[in-house]
Amino acid sequence: MSDQEERISETTRLGLEIVKEAEEDRLMTLSVGPQHPGSGHFRFTVKVDGDYIVDCDPDPGYVHRGEEKMCEYRNFIQNIPHLERPVIHDSSNITYSYSLAVEELVKIDVPRRAQFIRAIASELNRQVYTLYWLAIYGIFLGHSTMFMWPTGDRELLIDLLEALTGARVTHAYNIPGGVRNDIPYGFKDRCLRQVSYFEGRLKEYEDIFYNNPLLRQRTEGVAVLTKEDAIKLGVTGSVLRASGVPYDIRKAEPYDIYDEIDFNVQYMKTCDSFARAYVPLLDMRESCHIIRQLLDKMPESGEVRAKLQPNPKGPPGEAYRRVESGRGALGYYIVSDGTPRPYRVKISVGSFRNLLALPHLLVGSKLGDMPSVYWSLNYWPVEADR
Amino acid sequence: MIKDLVNPSNFNLMVSKVGDILVRALDTPLGYAINWGRVWSLWPVHLETACCSVEFGAASGPRYDVERFGIIEAFGSLRQCDLVVVQGTVTRKMAPRLRMVYDQMPEPKYVIAMGACAITGGLYIDSYNVLPGVDGIIPVDVYVPGCPPRPETLIQGTMLLQEKIKRSKIK
Amino acid sequence: MSKSNGSPSGNDKGDVASIVASNNDLPTTSVEQGETGSSIASKPSSSSAVQLKSEKTDLPQFERGIVDGLVSKFGNSIKIIYIKPLRIKIEVPPKDIVEVASHIRDESGFDHAESVSATDYPKTGDIEVIYHLGSYTRENLSSHILALSTRTDRDNARLPSLIKVFKSVEYHERESFEMVGVYFDNHPRNDRFLLPEDWADIPPLRKEFRIKGR
Repeated sequence: MSDQEERISETTRLGLEIVKEAEEDRLMTLSVGPQHPGSGHFRFTVKVDGDYIVDCDPDPGYVHRGEEKMCEYRNFIQNIPHLERPVIHDSSNITYSYSLAVEELVKIDVPRRAQFIRAIASELNRQVYTLYWLAIYGIFLGHSTMFMWPTGDRELLIDLLEALTGARVTHAYNIPGGVRNDIPYGFKDRCLRQVSYFEGRLKEYEDIFYNNPLLRQRTEGVAVLTKEDAIKLGVTGSVLRASGVPYDIRKAEPYDIYDEIDFNVQYMKTCDSFARAYVPLLDMRESCHIIRQLLDKMPESGEVRAKLQPNPKGPPGEAYRRVESGRGALGYYIVSDGTPRPYRVKISVGSFRNLLALPHLLVGSKLGDMPSVYWSLNYWPVEADR
Repeated sequence: MIKDLVNPSNFNLMVSKVGDILVRALDTPLGYAINWGRVWSLWPVHLETACCSVEFGAASGPRYDVERFGIIEAFGSLRQCDLVVVQGTVTRKMAPRLRMVYDQMPEPKYVIAMGACAITGGLYIDSYNVLPGVDGIIPVDVYVPGCPPRPETLIQGTMLLQEKIKRSKIK
Repeated sequence: MSKSNGSPSGNDKGDVASIVASNNDLPTTSVEQGETGSSIASKPSSSSAVQLKSEKTDLPQFERGIVDGLVSKFGNSIKIIYIKPLRIKIEVPPKDIVEVASHIRDESGFDHAESVSATDYPKTGDIEVIYHLGSYTRENLSSHILALSTRTDRDNARLPSLIKVFKSVEYHERESFEMVGVYFDNHPRNDRFLLPEDWADIPPLRKEFRIKGR
């Protein structure tokens, strides 16, 4: 190689380096949260190249309250109130799987009527949760009507749950061995009336929100999570069902009386943000259908709570039970060493599992799509942090 | 004395004296007007710290509608806000951020501690990652108890804060 | 129609009966086939257990089929902890876990991890890490959970990461690292996730970490 050629190649190398540095300078790091006008208590940093996101790093843990450690200091019954705090608007479901696991450890039978009431409470609660989620989704996309309508309808359902359980959001209603108390007088008719009204409203939601051309443009074809990726990432709940996997714990592993209930697993095959936003609505519709059947088949009278010892304890062992919550599978892994307190409690929540899909979906999509993608993952930060 | 003041070399002094007189004359009506403005435009920062945010969201919904009390659901920057509603548990990771948000807000600013966790630590008093009350890091004006507080309680708390602002003196 | 809000009266002697719940009514709680350590070839020999569970032996056949496949491939390195209906737990030494996990994914059909939980056992001086594996792709496995567990020394807790096999364990393993202090080899990021950045104490889910005042 002659001297001149060497000099030229050296220049090219330097030039390339400069170009590379300039490329790196083009990337900008944005920190989103924990104070931002969507859902707070969650932060992620994104690197953008112009309008496109090239890197995303979630940073949860702003509401990490050490639930799992606190469980080891309380007995099985004392654990109920603080375990429902991670998702206070879906509190019946998060205590449902805990109750199932404790029942398996302590070996209690649940009366048949209690199983129905539990299922009704958890179905109503799923709707309360999904409505709140939908309201925030409306806010995320700048659709104020969609904030007002679901929050308004949610209050009606909350009234119903308040009559049933005595509290607005923190019910502590599903307990090991059944439910805390029987349904109030006239609950059945009220519930049926409410469900009929609600089914009509769901049609209106569809008209104003889901058929809105602006929403369609912002969500359709955005952030496609293919079926293979969804399975690989282990996402759950509506995110999974929107990716074309008809998987629902109520169908896959029926707990309590769900094997007697006739319903379909709602899923879509388009795999985009719109599907992830639409599947919860389909779920709510199916949930109304389930509540009707539950009310119809419920025994007219009977025990609602198996008798428990003051400090229930079982033989040493472990249990892993899960239910389908508003955000997908919600499992409890409890290890008992034979004392009234659990030795180890692990809460496997849907939000934490869906979080893995966030970097996967955001990388490559536009910055403007970030809100619609983030909230379509059905992610509730408080639950993910536990 | 007036002659001394009119002297150009004492101009600054004169302006301050006249200013003092003006302020004394206008203090009460102007203060009333400013306070009136502050009372009806309490814009909260959209910083959610824990699960009480669900009830905060319900409070801005159509049934409770806090906008009629001047608390506008905030979607803007915290530079335009003058109220922090600490919505529940403050963890050790969130505490520096909360303080940072508070420091970045312009004066005057008010704080409502919402929920038992924000007041004393509540249910999570023995957790390893939770602050026993938010008043260790920022000054609190109104405490709203409950776990979580009902929206009505939150509204009552903000009305208490409005009373407090009405009675406070303008600096 | 509805009984008003009540503790069931006149049921004083019912409490013992309901606590000692009849095993036959709760299928998920009862039938335990393999005892700790026994390989699947040797059936539980204690006659009383066999008598009790004889009418239920057909229930976990399917689960036994899954485990049989694993045992025939890996032999003695797999220790069966229990086989219940819908729940299987096996224990594998750390050096084999990646191989066994790949086999489970490819042959047995469990394609994602639902949770990874690490439990600290100071009495035996080790930490148990359990992967709860589920299946989305196979219809007949959708209700099953295979718990793949492994144990490591708690003073020098290191395990090979399963991230190459199951992508879904990424955040769970990261959480186990900071909560219990198990270092996962080959994991891209063994660093802070949920705890505050300035956390300087021992991992909080270790048993010697005590909450103040408790």
